[in-house]
Amino acid sequence: MSLGSRIANVFRPDRLSREIDEELQSHLAEAAEQGRDAAEARRALGSTVRLREESRDLRLIVWLDSLRADAVFGWRQLMKNKLVSAAAILSLALGIGASTSAFRLIDALLLRPLPVIHPEQLYELGRTGTDPEGMVGTFDGWAYPDFQRMRAAAKGEAELIAISYSEQADVTYGSDEDMERAYLQYVSGWMFSSFGVRPTLGRLLTESDDLKPHAHPYAALSYDYWKHRFGEDPKVIGRTFHMGNDLYEIVGVGPKRFTGTEPGTIIDIFVPTMMHPGVVRSDWTWMRTLARVNPGVPLAPLRAKLDATSRAFEKDRAKGFRGMTQKEIDEYLNHPLVFEPAASGASDMQSDYRTSLAALGVLVALVLLIACANVANLMAAQAAARAREMALRVSIGAGRRRLVQLVLIESAWLAFLAAALGGLFAWWSAPLVVGMINPPDDPARLVLPADWRVVGFGLALTAGVMLLFGLAPALRASAVQPVSALKGGQDPHSRRRLMHALIAVQTAFCFLVLFGAGLFVATFQRLSNRPTGFSADRLLTLDTVARRPQPQVYWNQTLQHLRELPGVESVALASSTLMGGWSWNNSVSVGGAPPNGALSYFMSVSPGWLETMKIPLIAGRDFRPTDTYPGMALVNQTFAKEYFKGENPVGKSFDMVFDSGKKVHLEVVGLVGDACYRDVHEPMLPQAYYPFQSVNTVNALALKGEEQGTFIVRTASANPLAMASTLRREVRRAWPEFRVSNIRTQLEIDQSHTVRERLLARLAFFFGIVALLLAGVGLYGVLDYSVLQRRREVAIRMALGARAGHIARRVTASIFSMVIAGALAGLALGFASVRYIESLLYQVRPTDPRMLALPALTIVAAALLAALPPVIRAIRIDPAVILRAE
Amino acid sequence: MNKPDSLQGSIDLLVLKILSRRPRLHGYAIMLAIQEMSEEVLRAEEGSLYPALHRMEEAGWVHAEWITKENGRRARLYQLTAAGRKQLVTEESRWQAVTAAVNRVLRMA
Repeated sequence: MSLGSRIANVFRPDRLSREIDEELQSHLAEAAEQGRDAAEARRALGSTVRLREESRDLRLIVWLDSLRADAVFGWRQLMKNKLVSAAAILSLALGIGASTSAFRLIDALLLRPLPVIHPEQLYELGRTGTDPEGMVGTFDGWAYPDFQRMRAAAKGEAELIAISYSEQADVTYGSDEDMERAYLQYVSGWMFSSFGVRPTLGRLLTESDDLKPHAHPYAALSYDYWKHRFGEDPKVIGRTFHMGNDLYEIVGVGPKRFTGTEPGTIIDIFVPTMMHPGVVRSDWTWMRTLARVNPGVPLAPLRAKLDATSRAFEKDRAKGFRGMTQKEIDEYLNHPLVFEPAASGASDMQSDYRTSLAALGVLVALVLLIACANVANLMAAQAAARAREMALRVSIGAGRRRLVQLVLIESAWLAFLAAALGGLFAWWSAPLVVGMINPPDDPARLVLPADWRVVGFGLALTAGVMLLFGLAPALRASAVQPVSALKGGQDPHSRRRLMHALIAVQTAFCFLVLFGAGLFVATFQRLSNRPTGFSADRLLTLDTVARRPQPQVYWNQTLQHLRELPGVESVALASSTLMGGWSWNNSVSVGGAPPNGALSYFMSVSPGWLETMKIPLIAGRDFRPTDTYPGMALVNQTFAKEYFKGENPVGKSFDMVFDSGKKVHLEVVGLVGDACYRDVHEPMLPQAYYPFQSVNTVNALALKGEEQGTFIVRTASANPLAMASTLRREVRRAWPEFRVSNIRTQLEIDQSHTVRERLLARLAFFFGIVALLLAGVGLYGVLDYSVLQRRREVAIRMALGARAGHIARRVTASIFSMVIAGALAGLALGFASVRYIESLLYQVRPTDPRMLALPALTIVAAALLAALPPVIRAIRIDPAVILRAE
Repeated sequence: MNKPDSLQGSIDLLVLKILSRRPRLHGYAIMLAIQEMSEEVLRAEEGSLYPALHRMEEAGWVHAEWITKENGRRARLYQLTAAGRKQLVTEESRWQAVTAAVNRVLRMA
């Protein structure tokens, strides 16, 4: 018989026993036929039970059989106590599921190597230092000419690859009517060959597609885009599309798994860097630089060489700077180049969410540990109840190893049932969390594979969890002393000590989770409640583009047309939206003095923009239809404070100073309220607005045209998006050259700045509640158990005249001291760890007494609530009944 | 316990040999065959026969199948496999070597 049948026999033990018995029976029957005495034949054969056992062990795998027997026994144990088992499995499932889900996200975003050859050789080039706003960090933007010099310098040691920040571009395959948006990336032509990425169809870009500026209108599609946009149509090769003023030809489709180098974004279209307008500009940093370092090349000298090259480039460039002091220039140049490992790519989402995901990972791990402590306590209580059973097993010859196996298998049942449920939870929740990272217009597009990495993590976690809560009870059970256990129990205190320690640990972790949740929720609240300085209510923004600059008259005509539509309350025109992701800054000089180093932020707006945005006019006047740029400006209060010492600036004037040294003179006609310009996390910035309509600076009489602008519409209806399609159509009707490329509500733009905070607050709040619930249940369980165990003692005390309050104190004292010890430990841990999440907080101080009181009070309240039923049970103990029963 | 008629570890050899002569026997028949052929000198201990058969089955030397006899009772018949035939050769030569050695000792002592 084969191994297969031996394994099979393990799972049909009854049939096996029956077969053996039948054979022995047929032996006896044969003997009877031969005329032997039945009793004699039976004696000669010997004990059938012994023979059956002996043969059985030969015909199956003994250890597997014992495992099966224990699994069946463990399952019965679980079924005996369905409610408790279900609670244990559910809480573990939540912990395992949330942890696996967190791992899935962290892995997909931060850990998973890019599907390219030798991803470990990839590094991203960045520069560290302080930016003009005083933020310390690493900046990964590069100018293309700088990149070209570095690439030449690194030749032979490393291949440098330019990859633009991904952007959403308007592309048209047919007529202009069918404009659509696609995620676009400008990449070095040699990127694909360096990555070892092969086309699914046609060819990918090569070095010869990336030689001369604006000379190679070729595009490669990603597999994902090809599938979704073209339904895997092979005839896509050779098709063309318009983007901007260029006509691109599709030359190929990339492989299935390659979605670009920015985790969090799936690129649709790759085009050569040479097609980017910034490729000849030294002052435009629009791309990342990846380096594939050849094997064996030491990093330090290579870094030094590239650093020197880049520094020389910036030094050349700084010669052209005007209006900067030598100190400022030195500071500007002092940004050492660094290599960051980029095996898993480089993206904004990575840097934005690295700390958040780590914090979430820690939160869910803590929740899992709390659940483990619960289950460990449960197992310990059960083991106590089963001490006699264990003692009996030992005394009739069960080995210690077998007892450990018995208890561990019960744990395994719990763990693996929980893992199965948790797997479902992870499968469902990870995409849900990614879906919550959804700034309008740019939702996270993160590939979330569920492959061996994730499954392996889940299994390892499950096994770890099983050992964590199962090993201690198993070892304890196996160490049972039959004599003392059968006599009436071992020292009950030792078991309680373990349970109490676990309560302290649980409370500490619960405190930590609640503390973190409180910080995140407070941060989100403060950010959401922060005044932006304008009203986003019912506001719709229409980003409008045209193929070529359109004369001012058409912009005004469209503005007028929209204004007359029913359902429109007011309309204005601006170069962009506040907080919309676009920003433009320059230095400012007052009275011919050199700029003071502070940057001011600019935007062009039409008359009536203030009113539409509901930004208050504090002094002076709004723009008039006749006002043009250059000439006059509106400034905000912060601007007045920064440059005019807080005096009324109306009637005064200043110069806007460009990097090139060019100056534009502007006269202040109005002072307006502060409004959030770029990001809700920032303090208010000095801002100046100038008229949308501008005079051609060469020919002062002609009005200059614009090729893009944003109409800002305040609608009458509560849901501004209801008017979106009407407005899109009407803009085109007003002037057919115009096309609305993007419609957003101002509200969603505002909210996009707090997506991360909202995500953290929501998830942390959820896990805070779960942690509290689990810890409460754990506390209840332990108290209940200890009351049960001490009912004799309580009864005696009551019989001797102890009052209810005394009993309650007596029963809860040690546990409450554990809770307090745990909370204090949690507090210490919280303080120690808070510096890791400081970057995620906004105007929330962890030392704020309110931030500490909240989790402390919540825990005390939960503990009291959890303690109530057992305490009531304790003081209701009737001494007469208990003592009679003993 | 060493009874004079016990087979002392040679049961495998005897069972294999008998099955090589007469295929498809059930346990009782094997036992009877051992008794007959040894002219009642050797008696297989009935109890130890079945575990031995099952062990040899595990080792792949014999193959077993259930049949239903004319009287309606089921019986388990054993027959030799190729591996069993090979094993028989090994066991036989080992037995020859051992008995030869024992005989030599008896002669010389």
